[in-house]
Amino acid sequence: MASNAAAAATAERPNYLNVSHGLKSWLGTSDHKRIGVMYLYSILAAFCLGGLLALGIRLELFHTGRTIVDEKTYNQMFTLHGIIMIFLFIIPSIPAALGNFFLPIMIGAKDVAFPRLNLASYYLWIAGAVLTLVAVVTGGIDTGWTFYTPQSIRQDSSVIWMGLGIFILGFSSIFTGLNFLVTMHKLRIKGMGWFDMPLFCWAIYGTAMIQILATPVLAITLLLLLAEKLFQVGIFNPALGGDPVLFQHFFWFYSHPAVYIMILPGMGIISETITTYSRRHIFGYRFITFSSIAIAVLGFLVWGHHMFVTAESEFSSMIFSFLTFFVAIPSAIKIFNWTATLYKGSIVLTTSMLYSLAFIFLFSIGGLTGMFLGALSVDIHLHDTYFVVAHFHYVMMGGTVMAFLAGLYHWRPKMTGRMYPETPSRIAAVLVFIGFNVTFLTQFVLGSKGMPRRYYDYLEQFQPLNQMSTVGSWILGLGFLIAFSSLIWSLKNGRKADRNPWGSAGMEWRTATPPPLENFEGEPVFEYGPYDYEIMYAKKERQGE
Amino acid sequence: MSSEAPSFKHHVGHHFADADQEFSANKFGFWLFLATEILMFGGLFVAYAVFRGLYPEMWSEASGHLNRIMGGTNTVVLILSSVTMALAVRSAQTNQRKATVGFLVATLALAATFMVIKYIEYSAKFHHGLLPGTWYAPHEAGLPVQGNLFFGMYFMTTGLHGLHVLAGMIVITWLLRKAAAGQFSSSWYTPVEVVGLYWHLVDMVWIFLFPLYYLI
Repeated sequence: MASNAAAAATAERPNYLNVSHGLKSWLGTSDHKRIGVMYLYSILAAFCLGGLLALGIRLELFHTGRTIVDEKTYNQMFTLHGIIMIFLFIIPSIPAALGNFFLPIMIGAKDVAFPRLNLASYYLWIAGAVLTLVAVVTGGIDTGWTFYTPQSIRQDSSVIWMGLGIFILGFSSIFTGLNFLVTMHKLRIKGMGWFDMPLFCWAIYGTAMIQILATPVLAITLLLLLAEKLFQVGIFNPALGGDPVLFQHFFWFYSHPAVYIMILPGMGIISETITTYSRRHIFGYRFITFSSIAIAVLGFLVWGHHMFVTAESEFSSMIFSFLTFFVAIPSAIKIFNWTATLYKGSIVLTTSMLYSLAFIFLFSIGGLTGMFLGALSVDIHLHDTYFVVAHFHYVMMGGTVMAFLAGLYHWRPKMTGRMYPETPSRIAAVLVFIGFNVTFLTQFVLGSKGMPRRYYDYLEQFQPLNQMSTVGSWILGLGFLIAFSSLIWSLKNGRKADRNPWGSAGMEWRTATPPPLENFEGEPVFEYGPYDYEIMYAKKERQGE
Repeated sequence: MSSEAPSFKHHVGHHFADADQEFSANKFGFWLFLATEILMFGGLFVAYAVFRGLYPEMWSEASGHLNRIMGGTNTVVLILSSVTMALAVRSAQTNQRKATVGFLVATLALAATFMVIKYIEYSAKFHHGLLPGTWYAPHEAGLPVQGNLFFGMYFMTTGLHGLHVLAGMIVITWLLRKAAAGQFSSSWYTPVEVVGLYWHLVDMVWIFLFPLYYLI
């Protein structure tokens, strides 16, 4: 240990960043850490692009009538915002960027099971992103991110590029999930049983199950849509006897489980940060692991709740509604266990912890409003209103994005070797929290008053709330601007991070910062679990640290 | 038993503890990939059920226009190719280089036979105007109006299956080159094993597809 500490003190200690240099050493790498970093910057670029579109959408809605763009452009903007945020940012965000970097380290592995497949998944992401841009250049589409038929069949050729792009992004997602699942099964460090695994890994496990079992259905849906567009096969086209509702069934059979692809990894991060910043063993470890798997399984059984107002039978709607309420149980188990973990903990309000607490607060609101939408009678009124938009953003942005930021601030010192500046980051976190609530809480009100979503124009009476929402989006934008610029600033100017700046018990904090090429100096040993703070402190005391 | 000693040495990936761990990881990963394939074809089988439920009479009427002799022959051809593939895996495991090459060539030949028969079937359908969607223009009288949907599903499903056969032929050719170079032995035969699994899946899909489209 002593020699390691001495080695860490010298600046030239070999790590994954300085082991080789040049663009080629990055683009051709099979190191999961470098692939994770490349993913991170790529998805952040996508996030900024999608965010700018969101600011544009809110700006257009500042006044009734035309504010900055015409109807068609507006429709294309919200479609592109949805597609970029969902397929290019949020689905790969936590697993492919942070998961790629940390999952192997957290289970004491040298790499993921299939390093080259990992790199391939990154390039598929790039290909998917390029095709999405091609679709924009060739005219864009205005179907919303859901591609409902027959509207999507009536689009011009750009829908082909978009469909192809998302088809490819699907494979990128499958490869990531498959890789992680095998890694967890086969490459756990000796001595680490299934129930010694960090909860982040368990969350990724549930996510990978969905990625592998649901994404192929999206693939076939998009193939059928492409065939429809290219060869007029007729399967989804009512004019040829086909069934457009079948498309919705197919689409939501993937896209409902997919929201759990988006949220589960976020829940995993919260389990890591809450324990670290309250210095306590997680409360109810096994309940949280099983709730992750329960969410993954139940997620497959509720897709029909997106279709309560279609031709779906009342009987199936009732069953789907019942099952939807069921999903609340595992989600609530997690929320209760996190709050129980906080109880009597020594809480440190780092930026990461602020985002984690924001997650618990906002995700609870998002989850509870989901119950409104899952109730059949209420849904008839709220369907396709801003209430749905607000609910979705509370779970996806208030949930996943907050968790992603919590994870980013938590792990960034390990990734870059530099600390971030705490004060501006905290200010940014508060701004993001306020801006988010101003933007989307108003949309719950707008929705319950009946303002339909995706409309270019609205009634005069909705204007004050819409303006409030737009002002909220500016606060949100400012928060992100401060957050990202201080993170970029810290890349060069941040204080050097040591091995374990947060005093966390996780495996990833027992290696050097930044980690060496094969993750650990020498063969790692599994001494104590990721939440065993008491064992860790006892051990430190014995070593006289 | 072949006398030639394996000159090729496979290197275990740097992140694996040993060859056994590598083999079991590869095989598990491949099974997961096969699961995605099943889910993808699953979508087509669901669509089949939906349209057959919507138009039961049209479905059985249109189904009568598929060639059962050719479909049946193709079923036999594919099952045989699965047998030769399994034998190729066995030969690779037991260091029989020549037998491995021979069985792979046989598998490739059977796959090609399947594709040729499929081509003949497809051209007959094209000739008679039995095509999907807007292209549907049957020459014979008495064909149902919504038959376009049956042929839409038929061409989508058999087409995707055919693409999988083609992809299989490409990887088997790749295996063949490796096998001829003597790269497989009882200590390393992972590619033959997993391509074998893939080939059996392609076979299985056809075994479900054949009765559902041809025999109802």
